[in-house]
Amino acid sequence: MTTAAPDHQHVELRPGAYADSVTLLQVSRVVQGLAGVVAAQVAMATPLNVDVLTEMGFEVPPQAGANDLVVALRLASPDALAAALAGVDRALLDANRREEGASTVAPPRTTASALRRTPGAITVVSVPGANAFVEAMDAVDAGRDVMVFSDNVPLEQEVALKRAAAERGVLVMGPDCGTAVVGGLGLGFANVVAPGPVGIVAASGTGCQQLLALLAHAGVGVTSALGVGGRDLSAAVGGLATREALRRLDEDPGVELIVLVSKPPAAEVGAEIEAYAATLATPVQLALLGPGRPDLTAAAEAVLARLGGDVPTWPVDPPESPGRVDGTLIRGLFVGGTLKSEAELIVGDAAGAEVGHTFVDFGDDEYTTGRAHPMIDPTLRLEHLVRAAADPATGVLLLDVVLGHGAEPDPAALLAPAIAALDLPVVVAVVGTDGDPQGRDRQVEALVAAGAEVHLSNAGATRRALELVEADR
Amino acid sequence: MSTPTAVVNVGADLLADAVADQAVPVTRVDWRPPMAGTEADLATVAADPRRREANERALAAMLGVTATLVDVVPASEALGLEAGQFLHAGPPIEWERASGPLRGALMGGAAFEGLVEDPEEAVALFESGSNVSLEPCHHRSTVGPMAGVVTPSMWMFVLEDPATGRRTYCSLNEGLGKVLRYGAYGPEVLARLRWMSEVLGPLLQAAVRAQASAGADPVDVTGILTQMLQMGDEAHNRNRAGTLMLLRDLSPAMVSAIDGRGFDGADVAAALRFIGGNDHFFLNLAMPACKLALDAARGIEGATMVVAMARNGTDFGIQVAGTGDEWFTGPAQLADGLFLGDYGPEDANPDIGDSAITETAGIGGFAMATAPAIVRFVGGSVPDALATTRRMHEITLGENPRWSVPVLEFQGTPTGIDVAKVCRTGILPQINTGMAGKVAGVGQVGAGLVTPPAEIFPQALARLAELAAGGRRT
Repeated sequence: MTTAAPDHQHVELRPGAYADSVTLLQVSRVVQGLAGVVAAQVAMATPLNVDVLTEMGFEVPPQAGANDLVVALRLASPDALAAALAGVDRALLDANRREEGASTVAPPRTTASALRRTPGAITVVSVPGANAFVEAMDAVDAGRDVMVFSDNVPLEQEVALKRAAAERGVLVMGPDCGTAVVGGLGLGFANVVAPGPVGIVAASGTGCQQLLALLAHAGVGVTSALGVGGRDLSAAVGGLATREALRRLDEDPGVELIVLVSKPPAAEVGAEIEAYAATLATPVQLALLGPGRPDLTAAAEAVLARLGGDVPTWPVDPPESPGRVDGTLIRGLFVGGTLKSEAELIVGDAAGAEVGHTFVDFGDDEYTTGRAHPMIDPTLRLEHLVRAAADPATGVLLLDVVLGHGAEPDPAALLAPAIAALDLPVVVAVVGTDGDPQGRDRQVEALVAAGAEVHLSNAGATRRALELVEADR
Repeated sequence: MSTPTAVVNVGADLLADAVADQAVPVTRVDWRPPMAGTEADLATVAADPRRREANERALAAMLGVTATLVDVVPASEALGLEAGQFLHAGPPIEWERASGPLRGALMGGAAFEGLVEDPEEAVALFESGSNVSLEPCHHRSTVGPMAGVVTPSMWMFVLEDPATGRRTYCSLNEGLGKVLRYGAYGPEVLARLRWMSEVLGPLLQAAVRAQASAGADPVDVTGILTQMLQMGDEAHNRNRAGTLMLLRDLSPAMVSAIDGRGFDGADVAAALRFIGGNDHFFLNLAMPACKLALDAARGIEGATMVVAMARNGTDFGIQVAGTGDEWFTGPAQLADGLFLGDYGPEDANPDIGDSAITETAGIGGFAMATAPAIVRFVGGSVPDALATTRRMHEITLGENPRWSVPVLEFQGTPTGIDVAKVCRTGILPQINTGMAGKVAGVGQVGAGLVTPPAEIFPQALARLAELAAGGRRT
């Protein structure tokens, strides 16, 4: 199934071919770099990806479905097609090639099979949401802890998974758990932190990362940070994973203080969890995020105070050449859901929600079905960044950059040039540690050089953005 | 919390790389989307609170069974089979839809029972349907290789589980080539069947019973299977070592039966020559031993384990522990393999026989690694054989500690096919099989490898999901 339009466009459906969105992102990048290729997208034809392709000017055949691989190429000339397609095939092959060593044993095809080969392993599930439950149940059946990174997992499946896990004393982190640190091992998007006296239970991935980054800056280590998924403290799930996570941290003699980070829980669940926390030997500090409540930075400060340490001044790196404020509105473009909510809350508490400031989370389900998370694939946010900056009403761009294992290897590489091309002020919260693979200091340096003002505290960045637009009034 | 010593990653490779970067070993699952249309049913079945324990029970029940040879008697006696009653392999079928080899075997069987003079006359008899009935072997605790036709006068092995007294049955193996079970019904076929019921069956009965009355242990069929799997047999297409061990165990008592039991030395010599010359003789003991084990797992609610795979030459059917006696059927496939003489693929009938009970129990194609010679049926290699057995571990619930494969470090054979895992991986059970000619009367045309039709597994899964959903409502 092939169409050839006069602008040297090639769109091809490959039914039955499947690769995960991260692999396909890598493939697309490789193909974009080939001679004669103007633009390229190799993706599963989910509704979102079809929209993206349509916006890029590709005509996707109407019968394209989520199980079809679509190869879309815009070429400098039709002669480049054969070489480009060969490049696509090579990139797909390379992406699937793994170092097998001398062994010829085929890899396991299910989590159950992998756990039979690797007893005692902890499992990380990131298959599409509709398939995640079945894989995670394999781990629960085997009595092994599991982190479900996948989002779009139906609520009733989360409940079934966590009930089965609770019966067996298994910890389920997630679904939609982006971050965990288990006994020092980072899973998902995890920051590199030193071990220490704090244990975290987090119903929010980037909220947890902000806390890890602030505590690390203050010199306080974290041995375990257990994500439980954003719905765990809802009435439907009833905090099943939160209880198990609290129990585990309480058992750990190295944990002196447990911090529970979450949106405010359903009332009855909150009461149960507080009652349960009261039975533990380790003190539990609640950091519940919501209107009129302390933000993440305030929560980190409270933790430091409780541990008897000093609260440092959170770092702010001013831009080399600040932009000019013309418009009146903050445009918040986030990759971290909790960071976006926190910014929205702070601005709402200060200025009221009706003013017209806008906040978008590109990690939300509506942007990630069949696509990699924006911490891996910055394309969507970069597109929106240009559009938001072009809007005359925009006064300040407020962004986050989240570092750590699993995230883009060098987010500033694409973001800094995009920022440098803008005239208006850009405030960025760079959430990470100097130990992270991307190196927070290197990222900050590149962004500052491009004209951004960089904070470690997302709350600090948000307040600064408010200050900028309000000073201009 | 202690640092995990290993991680299993299913999904984005990037997350596995992030773990590997922290110097923790990662096992990467080669995940692919499940069979089309099974996502919701897979989730429902996975959420069934009975499933895990039910499958553990089903597997343990099956592995707990041992089979011993306790008697050899005519089917009329063993099964109460009466004139005009015919058993056949596979799921239920009527004459109109029966394939060539099944028809040929039924025709020969009718002549053998004296219902007709000439096998050709049996066509009218079966078309009329009067005074004849067809029923699957599986419905009578029996299994039959290829066409699997059993009539009242045929002699049957009787296998028993000593722990429970449960029994299963199988006819005596006729050898290869022009034989009834491959659909041949010529005079030489009928003459052999008569000798088997006049001499071989009674002689074996005398031997088995004499051993029992002398206080000797009965032939341990499960034990022979254990040994033959370490001697190059996979107990479906290769039964050479098993057959010789059976001869070893029975021949003294057979020779002793000359005294006063109406057999002469020539009878015993003919019987020994017949058994020793038929490499497949033991198959008809391996099959009922497998059925005896698998039947122990029948009717366990919530269990997703396959308890029978069987073909009648037209349909391939499976039965599952958690779905009672229901058959899930689809079109039987053509085997891929080698052909005898001038025969070719166009001469072959689709897959037929109850012998896939061996794969259902974890041997046959599942134990290919232990019998690399079988791979040559499809021009394969020894690594292919190893890969096949390893692949079957992806769709099974456990391993059989009794039946182990030396070349795989004595790993147990992959045991207990899980309907859900088949649907998740798209890996179909690998079956080793003989090929019958598609025209009645031709007999065997080859042997090779075959798989079930894929669609029967989603069918069975849908029923399991339906029962799981119903179970939760009550």
